[in-house]
Amino acid sequence: MIEIKDLHKSYKMGSNSLHVLKGINFRAEEGELVAIMGSSGSGKSTLLNILGMLDGADSGEYTLDGVPIKDLSETKAAQYRNKFLGFVFQSFNLINYKSALENVALPLYYQGVPRKERQEKALKYLERVGLKEWATHLPSELSGGQKQRVAIARAMAAEPKVLLADEPTGALDSTTSYEVMDLIQKINDDGNTILVVTHEEDIAHMCKRIVYLKDGVIVEDKKVKQVRADHYV
Amino acid sequence: MFNRDRWREILEVLTSNVWRTLLTSFGVSWGIFILIVLLAAGKGLENGIRKDFGDIATNTMFMWTRSTTKAYEGLPKGRSFEFKISDVQSIRDNVPNLRFVSPRNQLGGFRGGGNVVRGIRTGAYNIYGDYPEIINQDPMTVTSGRFINVNDINAKRKVAVIGQGVKNDLYKKGEDPVGTYIKIQGVNFMVIGTYKKNSSDGDGEEAQKEIYVPFTSFSQAFNQGEDVGWMAITAHDGSSISVLKEDIIELMRKRHKVHPEDNRAIGHFDLYQEFNRVESLFGALKAVAYIVGVMVLLSGIIGVSNIMLIVVKERTKEIGIRRALGEQPWSIKKQILMESIFLTVVSGMVGIIFGSLVIYGINSLLDSIGPVDMFLSPSVSIGVVSGAMLILTIAGLLAGFIPANSAIKVRPIEALRTE
Repeated sequence: MIEIKDLHKSYKMGSNSLHVLKGINFRAEEGELVAIMGSSGSGKSTLLNILGMLDGADSGEYTLDGVPIKDLSETKAAQYRNKFLGFVFQSFNLINYKSALENVALPLYYQGVPRKERQEKALKYLERVGLKEWATHLPSELSGGQKQRVAIARAMAAEPKVLLADEPTGALDSTTSYEVMDLIQKINDDGNTILVVTHEEDIAHMCKRIVYLKDGVIVEDKKVKQVRADHYV
Repeated sequence: MFNRDRWREILEVLTSNVWRTLLTSFGVSWGIFILIVLLAAGKGLENGIRKDFGDIATNTMFMWTRSTTKAYEGLPKGRSFEFKISDVQSIRDNVPNLRFVSPRNQLGGFRGGGNVVRGIRTGAYNIYGDYPEIINQDPMTVTSGRFINVNDINAKRKVAVIGQGVKNDLYKKGEDPVGTYIKIQGVNFMVIGTYKKNSSDGDGEEAQKEIYVPFTSFSQAFNQGEDVGWMAITAHDGSSISVLKEDIIELMRKRHKVHPEDNRAIGHFDLYQEFNRVESLFGALKAVAYIVGVMVLLSGIIGVSNIMLIVVKERTKEIGIRRALGEQPWSIKKQILMESIFLTVVSGMVGIIFGSLVIYGINSLLDSIGPVDMFLSPSVSIGVVSGAMLILTIAGLLAGFIPANSAIKVRPIEALRTE
């Protein structure tokens, strides 16, 4: 599903250049649930941004579902993001003047889905994350966990190939973190490919595979026995 | 364009900070308001001055003889000559595109008051010997009876059409002048009609105190022979009398043996030229109104552009989110352009409405205090309003252009990082 070969990325900081990713090789198959771990500055967010086509690599190859991702125009990148990827952010990034339902329907709107169909679909996904009754509420009326579940519903609504979660539990207490992870595990159970960036060991162990990043290189890549989050809920 | 979600979003964004939006839109409203009011004021002045010109056919020249200033073909300078009735036909035959060529004779005015007597009442008026066409060149409304006709000319009937002012002087109130006789310089004329001229300027009083009699009867009664005092010549609408008059004057010089370079021998007054001079004044007024209005509007537009920049700045993160979710750059651009156009056009419409209300108010004020000199029913045409709307749309587009570009200039990843 995802294949990366010898990926390099550096940032210019004034006259110095900061080499963040120093040759990453990585594969993820369909249906995998991968945690990317590392301390801050290890390059994990940069990697996720490149995977999310929010940022470009300096060199190296990136193939997503057989499509080479290279030299994308902004328009093309937007199209691919919409078609291939779902994003879940640490700070939820819901649009605060739109209701939960409208937030979830947004990616469908960009796909050109008709209004009625869009709302039905959005409602279906809200139901899946257990927030059907909250459909008309604004993000400001929801708790942190609820916001993240809306964000997950939004990421899933466009039926992407890969779900990218950047510290999805970073802003939540442990109980709600497990709730969110439970949801992510269930989505993965349905066969979706998910990449989770985290620096919490317990969250990482709820995935099926952990990739450790350090100073811009992968230092360890191991399959783990998945800890089901519903034990804690 | 007619997308419900897009419009909802436009409204959501613009109403999120109501005061800011209102203050911004005030700039645009004010600009268009000034533009509309200035144009209406210019139009009011134009209407007023046009009214003073009255219904006179403006494509007209008047021509009369003076004495020659150059010797020519053995004739001395300082010689006086008169137009003859045959000149009229000659002009008609030789100069094309003329609508009316009216020979006129005149008693009274600068030649001393014509003495008109009826019973024990007397008065001094201008007496004109005219052809029926004159009513088209110097329009008047016949209020009773009829005007001179061709039969009067051919039969040299001693009939007269008198002005409202003459009637007031010579007749008792309520008396019907038609069928009565007046004595003009000792010759009896039967009154066949009365007229009234629509004129509001200084000549208004004078214009009602004229008497029109058939040209032929005039010549015979007052011993004019073949002489023509002066001529009123009107060209067809498509051609300018200012151009044709050269040919006419040249023809007259030839027929009366006047030196071709003797510019003083034949006097003329070109109404069209005078009218054009006033016309170009209206043009200048309009241009000034447009320039001032558009300049004021421009500052409003810059205000809109400014606010849109701030809105974009505030929404950087949101735009980042949208782009991460897959909204295409042109869609974001379109959204911001539409917000800007919507804001400009709506505030412009408010300005137009207020401008119209003010114009309406001035009009009803003018109606209630009666006519004012050189100012009449200020108004703007629907063409001007739609022109203003066009200007607004383009202005909105321009105002949104820079903000829209700055919205998509920020890379999504940086946009997402801003708080």
